[in-house]
Amino acid sequence: MEMPKIDPFTLAKKETLVERLSRVLPQDAIIHDLEETRAYECDALTAYRCPPLAAVLPRSTEQVSAVLRICHELEIPVVPRGAGTSLAGGALPTADSVILGVARLTDVLEVDYDDRIIRLQTGRTNLSVTGHVEADGFFYAPDPSSQLACAIAGNIAMNSGGAHCLKYGVTTNNLLGVTLVQMDGTVVEIGGAHMDAGGLDLLGVVCGSEGQLGLVTEATLRILPKPEGARPVLIGFDSLEVAGACVADIIKAGVLPVAIEFMDRIIIRIVEDYAKAGYPDCEALLIVEVEGSEDEIEEQLSLIEKIAQRHDPVELRRSQGEDESAKIWLGRKSAFGATGRISDYMCLDGTIPVSELPRVLAGITTLSEKYGLSVGNVFHAGDGNMHPLIMYDANKPGDLEICEEMGAEILKLCVEVGGCLTGEHGVGVEKRDLMGHQFTPADMEAQMRVKDVFDPKWLLNPAKVFPLDVTADRRA
Amino acid sequence: MLRPETEEHLAEIVRGANGPLSVRGGATRHRPGPGEALTTAGLTGITLYEPGALTLVARAGTPMAEVEAALAAEGQRLPFEPMDHRPLLGTTGEPTIGGAVALNVSGPRRVQAGACRDSLIGVRFVDGEGTLVKNGGRVMKNVTGYDLVKLMAGARGTLGILSEVSFKVLPAAATEATLRLSGLDVAEAVKAMAAGLSSPFEVTAAAHDPATGETSLRIEGLAGSVAYRAGELTRVLAPFGTAEMLEPETSTALWTDIRDARAMAGDGDVWRLSVRPSHAPDLVARAGAEAALLDWGGGLIWLRLPEGTDLRARLGGFGGHATRVRGAADVPPEAPVLAALTRGLRERFDPRGLFSPALGENA
Repeated sequence: MEMPKIDPFTLAKKETLVERLSRVLPQDAIIHDLEETRAYECDALTAYRCPPLAAVLPRSTEQVSAVLRICHELEIPVVPRGAGTSLAGGALPTADSVILGVARLTDVLEVDYDDRIIRLQTGRTNLSVTGHVEADGFFYAPDPSSQLACAIAGNIAMNSGGAHCLKYGVTTNNLLGVTLVQMDGTVVEIGGAHMDAGGLDLLGVVCGSEGQLGLVTEATLRILPKPEGARPVLIGFDSLEVAGACVADIIKAGVLPVAIEFMDRIIIRIVEDYAKAGYPDCEALLIVEVEGSEDEIEEQLSLIEKIAQRHDPVELRRSQGEDESAKIWLGRKSAFGATGRISDYMCLDGTIPVSELPRVLAGITTLSEKYGLSVGNVFHAGDGNMHPLIMYDANKPGDLEICEEMGAEILKLCVEVGGCLTGEHGVGVEKRDLMGHQFTPADMEAQMRVKDVFDPKWLLNPAKVFPLDVTADRRA
Repeated sequence: MLRPETEEHLAEIVRGANGPLSVRGGATRHRPGPGEALTTAGLTGITLYEPGALTLVARAGTPMAEVEAALAAEGQRLPFEPMDHRPLLGTTGEPTIGGAVALNVSGPRRVQAGACRDSLIGVRFVDGEGTLVKNGGRVMKNVTGYDLVKLMAGARGTLGILSEVSFKVLPAAATEATLRLSGLDVAEAVKAMAAGLSSPFEVTAAAHDPATGETSLRIEGLAGSVAYRAGELTRVLAPFGTAEMLEPETSTALWTDIRDARAMAGDGDVWRLSVRPSHAPDLVARAGAEAALLDWGGGLIWLRLPEGTDLRARLGGFGGHATRVRGAADVPPEAPVLAALTRGLRERFDPRGLFSPALGENA
C-alpha cells in the first residue's frame, strides 16, 4: 500500500505542535510519546499500521476548533478518528499526521420525542443512541455490525449502513443536522431539527465524505418508534440462482421486509459449527424478517412463505418465538467472528444490482478457483450489498497480496455489472486505488472540487478516497 | 429554445455557451430566469426499470406521468410522493422527473419514506464547463466517493444540468386509510400528529388544515395491517377526540389535495416553511396568514399572505427556513459561513456563471 512521502519538515514541527496544543488542551488530551501513539497506529484494517505524530482527544467543539486552527497554521495533516472500527483504513494515520479522536465527545445534548430527534456529541457509540431512547419506545435505525463499538462520527464519515437498510435507509437518511468544524477551525451549523435543506444539501455531501471535509462534533439524528415486534423466517435452497430469484419475487410482491440476509454453503457451515443456530445444510439460506404486531407478522410471513414455496425450498422454517429469532440472528451476526476463528479473512462490501446476483456469485467462484483462496458469501440480499469473505493465511508470505489482488478482481466485477466498489464500509485506503474503475477522471474531479472548497489546503485525511496520483497536485 | 436530445448534445451546448442559460424541464415548478432558454424535455425515456431490484433510471426530461405510470403497472411507486406544482402556481405543461429532483420535491410521505433526495441513488449531469459527470449509480447502498447525488438534489440547477436520474422505488401500498380528528387548534393538532407519528403504527402522513380544523393521519399497507393499525391509532388519538375513518378513495383524494397545497388557492404570495414540528404553532401564529396548511406533522407549513408581505420580519429568527414559492422570488438567506461554502461550490461547478439564472423567479 502506497502512502504519501513523509515530509521531514512536518516531523520537525512536532515540538512546536505539542507546545501549542498544550495551550488549548489539558495534558491528558495530548498523546505524543511514541509508545502511546501506537494505540492509534491502525483501525480495523489491521494489515496496515503507522503511529501518528501525535493524537489529541478534545472534549468540546471549541477544543476541536482550536486544535484544527493550530494544525492548519502549521500545515500538519489531520486524520479524524471515531472508534477506529473502519474496515477500509479510514482512520489510518501517516507518520506526519495528527489523529483527532472524538472518543471524549460523548454527551447527549437533547432528546425530543415529539419531534423524534436526538442531538448528541459524535463520540457516542451507535448502539448507545438506541440505548438512550429505547426505554421510551424509540430506536436509531442504522445498525452496522460494529454497532457496539463504532462511533456516530465514524458512521457519518462513512455513511454507514447495516442489515435493516431496505426499510430504514442508511446514515444519510437518518441524519438531520451536524456541527462541522472545518480544517481552518471554522464552525459551521448544517441542517437542524427541520427536515430539508434551505439551500444546497451540504449535509448530504458531508455524510460519507470520510472525514475529508471537516470534523463532525455534534449531530441531530432522527429516531423512530420501535415496531411492536419482529420475526424472521429461514428459507433454504439447493441453488444460489433460485435463492436470488426468490428474493426478487418477494420484493416484487409488494411486501417490504426489514431485512433479507443471504448466506452460502461455506458460511452456513462455518456459522453452524460455531453458533449452532439450527441452519439447514444447503447451497443458499435466506433470513427474511418482517415487523409489526403478531397479526401483521402473520399476514406478511404467509405471503412470503407462499412465494418461497413456488421456488421449491429445501427448508422453510418460521421462528416460533423470541429465543428462536435471537438464535437465527446470532448465526448471521456471528458470521464474521466465526470465520475469523478458522482463518484470516478480508471482507469486501461491493454492491450489485440484485438481478446480477447469480452472475456475480458464479464469477466469485471462478476467481476463488483461479486464486486458490476460499470465499464465503454472506450479505444483505435485499439491497445487493455483497460481503464476500476471502480466507487467506496472514503468516504465509504473499498470501495477503494474492488475497488483495483477488479482492480487487471481485470489486471490478461488481462495477462491471452496474454496481459499486463499496456499499457501506467506505473507500478509505483499501479501495482508493480502484476508484478509477468506477469513475472517470471528470467524475473524480467533480468530487475533489468539493474538498477544494471545504479544505483548500488538502490537510484533512488527505491520503484517502482518491488515488494518490490523482490528488498529488492538490496535496503538494 | 435549445432542446438537446442527447447528453452529448447537451454537453456541447454548455461548452459553446457564451452567456447565461435559462434551464428548465417542463417549467411547471418555477418561472425560468433570464438567459438563452434550454429545456431538458428532449432527454426522455426510462432507460432501466427492474421491479425486482426496486430500481428505476430515467432521463431527466422524462414526464413524471410516464414514470408514475410505468411504476404503477408493476404495483410500485416513487416513495416521496412528489407534488404537482401546476394547481398552486397556475403553470401548464408537463412536469419532468428531473425538475422534481432539481427542487427536491417531496410530498406528505416524506415523514415516513424520506424526501426525494433519500430515494435518489444516482445522477448524471453536465457541469458549467460542459463536462459530463456521473455520481452514485443504480444500487441503493453506495458509499463509493462523495455523495454528489444529494448535493444535486435540490440544487435548483445551479451546479449542473441533470441528464439522468436513478431511484430506489417502493411497492405501492395494497390499501390505505385516513383517520380524521376535528376541531383541534394548531397546537393541539401538532400534539396529536406527534402522538401518531411517535406510535409504532407507521403513520405515513400527518397534516392539519386550520381553516377546517381537520387533522388527518394516514396509514398504508396490507389490508389486515391497515385495519389493525387504524384501530390502534384511534386509541392513541383518543385524548384528542374521536377519529373518523376515511375510506381509501376519499383518503387518496384528500392526500392529493394536501400534496399539491390546494388550500393555498386564491390570490397572493405563497410561502413554504421547513421547521421543527413543535415550533409550528408559534410560527403560524406569528405569520398571521390568510390561509395556512401544515404537513409533515407540522414540519412543513404552507402560508398564503397578501402580495409583498414581509413574512421574514414577522417570523424573526427560527431554526429552519422559508421560501416564497408564489410571488416575487425570495430564497432563504444563509449564515455567512454557509453562504461562503455555497458560493465556493457554485464557482467551481459553474465557473462562468451560466446557471445562476436557474435560481429563477417563482411563478
